[in-house]
Amino acid sequence: MKQFFQNKRKLRGFREFLYILPFLALVAVFSYYPLYGWVYAFFDYKPPFPLSMDQFVGFKWFKSMVDTPVKTIQLLKVLRNTFAMSGLSLLFSWFPMIFAVFLNEIKCVPFKKFVQTVTTLPNFISWVLVYSIAYCLLNSTGVVNSVMMSLGLIDSPQLFLQSSEHVWLKMWVWLTWKNAGWSAIMYIAAITGIDDELNEAARVDGASRMQIIWHITIPSILPTYFVLVMLSLANFLSNGMEQYFVFANAFNKESIEVLDLYVYNLAMGSGGYSLSTAISILKSVVSVLLLCCTNGFSKLVRGEGFI
Amino acid sequence: MKQKKKKSGVKYKVSAGDRMISVVTYVIYSIFAFVCAYPFYYIFINTISSNDLSQRGKVLFWPMELHFNNYQQVMQIPALFSALKISVGRTVIGTALTVVIAAFLGFMFTRETLWKRKLWYRMVAATMYFNAGIIPWFITMRNLHLTNNFWGYILPMAVQPFYIILCKTFVESVPKELQDAAEIDGAGTLRVFFSIIVPVIKPILATVAIFAAVAQWNAFQDTLLLVTDNKLYTLQFTLYQYINQASSLKALVNSTTSSASMAASLAHAQTATSIRMTVTIVVVTPIILVYPFFQRFFTKGIMIGAVKG
Repeated sequence: MKQFFQNKRKLRGFREFLYILPFLALVAVFSYYPLYGWVYAFFDYKPPFPLSMDQFVGFKWFKSMVDTPVKTIQLLKVLRNTFAMSGLSLLFSWFPMIFAVFLNEIKCVPFKKFVQTVTTLPNFISWVLVYSIAYCLLNSTGVVNSVMMSLGLIDSPQLFLQSSEHVWLKMWVWLTWKNAGWSAIMYIAAITGIDDELNEAARVDGASRMQIIWHITIPSILPTYFVLVMLSLANFLSNGMEQYFVFANAFNKESIEVLDLYVYNLAMGSGGYSLSTAISILKSVVSVLLLCCTNGFSKLVRGEGFI
Repeated sequence: MKQKKKKSGVKYKVSAGDRMISVVTYVIYSIFAFVCAYPFYYIFINTISSNDLSQRGKVLFWPMELHFNNYQQVMQIPALFSALKISVGRTVIGTALTVVIAAFLGFMFTRETLWKRKLWYRMVAATMYFNAGIIPWFITMRNLHLTNNFWGYILPMAVQPFYIILCKTFVESVPKELQDAAEIDGAGTLRVFFSIIVPVIKPILATVAIFAAVAQWNAFQDTLLLVTDNKLYTLQFTLYQYINQASSLKALVNSTTSSASMAASLAHAQTATSIRMTVTIVVVTPIILVYPFFQRFFTKGIMIGAVKG
């Protein structure tokens, strides 16, 4: 009898497996099977034709990154841009935290809600839309130019998007415009979790608002900040390409091309499938190492990792 | 966000320094709010104002010489209408599929009977942490004939590990007795899922649906990589093209302009910028419309953002 039930249970488990099989297949095809494409980095792959063994070139593409001066210089430039963009974000990573802290100081609830609603909205629009908004504001007849002209700050319309100046900073500004309000929500949630009695006690002791912020609010949300900094360190090389792709043009190309965009341009623009795959493999390896390091560091400091 | 309630009725003396902080915060946050909201407002009032005034940079605070010609003209661009259909189609179909899969797999991964449950769960969850890169992915998609194919928008985004984990956690919080009772009454796995689990986990499904829908609506990179057939262009991609091509845009509008509207005053004639602004508003409107419904789901949504980093 027991045997019978066990068999039935097993049969049921197997039938359940059949239910989820199609979805597992989707995962296998779209997430695991592309990993096989890493072999292209070891071949001299010419797009439309299938791979054959006599195209095998071993580590040629990896070596070419350091052997060919032209490629090396190009790659260093791309790395410089990547480091600059990620570095700027990291340098100002405290901004959403401070944004949340002082937002919490606002006592007028409707105003606070309004600010929060409005500053979070840009997070939900795509980079293409951000770019088109940037275009509408900054083109020669846009609001920025007309206001600056009427104030006498400039004599003729400036083309802000078609300039090679301050590209890193501008990209950071748009990134912050899009993300700051959204990132602040996490800190706001953390601040809501602070025990009210702490604040009460401090106020009874005569602490000023700045003192409460400095001695209670900020220390309470530092762990959240720490985790987020660790995560952004782990993603240091992955800026994504969408933002830089849409903002890129002939004028700012030199300083806007980050690693992800370079990998795309190399493959889709000039057909360098193999080299581009080789670079993205290296990037993945470094990213995994960074993730392990930051996770280990987090374990060391906080006693728990974030994976 | 939940609001902290002031519990004590005790009034504290407000020092001059504290009041100073208040004033400064109000001013600074007003500026932040303005910086985030004004661009949308500015573009909107320019689309409904006289294009001539708009072109001269005169429309800054409120609409001037109201007209809706721009929208009428934009709606007549055939390419835009087809892009709208594709965008709506992928958002509806893609979201539905993602939600159903997230709910079903989230439930199945809690079934202890499932053969090799842990293995499959790990296999799916692990995909959050690695990515083959765009070239291998592109070649895979080409081999599967999913380039220039509508399903290329849907299938790769269908199984989202993070949504599955969200659903799984939610299902785990549902009392097990509910399922057991149904099973004793003879309900099979699918029956349990549809009549017991789905009604209970609706709140989390709403969260997943709204985030999946925004992701589908905003997707741009897949069109860029996979699609060369302009019948399959999405709104986002079309907008990108419109902003980058200057001259052909006006020709596009003029070719669709009927003789009647040609007679309309010159002040309302479409310019490349007015078309761009109008298309921008068309693409952003759905997001702004669903936005109020979003906010309830923010706290859960942050976790999505955090993990996707």
